Amino acid sequence: MGKVIGGLTTSHIPAVGNAMANKLEQDPYWKRFFDGYKPVISWLEKEKPDVVIVVYNDHGLNFFLDTVPTFAIGCADSYANDDEGWGIPTTASFKGDAQLSWHLSESLIEQGFDMTMCQEMKVDHGCVVPMNLMFRHLPEWPCKIIPLAVNTVQHPMPSAKRCYDLGKALRVAIESYPEDTKVAIFGTGGMSHQLQGERAGIIDVEFDLECMHNIVNDPDKMTALTNTNIMERGGTEGIEVIMWMVMRGAIAPNVNLLHKHYHAPISNTGAGVLLMTDATD
Amino acid sequence: MVWKKHDYDNLPGTVVFDGECTHTSYNLNKMAFSFNSPENRAEFADDMDAYCRKFELTDDQRVAVLDGDFPALLRLGGNIYYLAKIAVFHGMTMQDAGAAFQNITTEQFKQKLADNAAGFQQHLEKRGGYWNG
Repeated sequence: MGKVIGGLTTSHIPAVGNAMANKLEQDPYWKRFFDGYKPVISWLEKEKPDVVIVVYNDHGLNFFLDTVPTFAIGCADSYANDDEGWGIPTTASFKGDAQLSWHLSESLIEQGFDMTMCQEMKVDHGCVVPMNLMFRHLPEWPCKIIPLAVNTVQHPMPSAKRCYDLGKALRVAIESYPEDTKVAIFGTGGMSHQLQGERAGIIDVEFDLECMHNIVNDPDKMTALTNTNIMERGGTEGIEVIMWMVMRGAIAPNVNLLHKHYHAPISNTGAGVLLMTDATD
Repeated sequence: MVWKKHDYDNLPGTVVFDGECTHTSYNLNKMAFSFNSPENRAEFADDMDAYCRKFELTDDQRVAVLDGDFPALLRLGGNIYYLAKIAVFHGMTMQDAGAAFQNITTEQFKQKLADNAAGFQQHLEKRGGYWNG
């Protein structure tokens, strides 16, 4: 049967992609940020997921504003990265798992989540930077991926509650897959940041840490927030934290928190890392 | 016909990219999306004015693109992720644009980010349980 072996959260900012491409991990600006990923990398090496579901948002590579799906899932055998127009280096393609994707789509739609199914789906830095953060030391990607894109670009966007419920449905879907498959979920993006307007440059450490605490211990406090509440404190692009709630929904109500890390500023953002599994007690 | 009001309309110094915003700036963002292709980037670099006209930008949008006027492009509905694809032609990063939105230098903008995050490690210690490297 399919099994959710754990979930993690990570930033996906392009500056991190450029820092990795330029091997700046030991640079004083970056060192503490990258060191904060070591326990997550070790956990992935030990647990060896067969498939990673990467919850991310597309920033104008695969989806233009002509068609904006609220929730889109890749249903292909492979996914390519491509030129985003402004110079972030591209990476090797990823293997998909079409059978699992179609099973997830069927189950999610049956459960009331009307996914957009994509048989061709280019994955941008939102998906690629997290994969590089976890696996760039290996000669090739060690697992398959299923990209799950959430609209965090154009309002109206799904609420934190809707994302959390999608995660719960995703768990039901994974656990009803007939083949033994270890699945990890990456919730990407965040944390507080605003790229545009006179308020560009906000970072609210206290809000970020509240979010991290509540995502682990009290997700209902996160789902009580409206998207306007999140933007007020976390900034317009800080809304990406709703994608962490998809991951959280796929983990049991009580969790074992294996790792917690925060650093700021990284580029324009606060950057948080969480690693959790179902509580065993 | 009327654009509905929202509870986020009055967030200070903030543009929320919603239906009204995206509707009025569709061609501008569409042009920026075309820059994912190197051939289109070359064509734009060769004659920016003609390329803007091909995408039927408004005069205001076209002038703002040519001038690299990011506060104006934002006001005219440009989405920040699509403006990033325009910024490179003016040798600008998102941090340069962030500074331009508030008429400060990029160094001042970076300092603002650092100031906003200052003391975060004390916050982590207070809450406990964080990896502290």
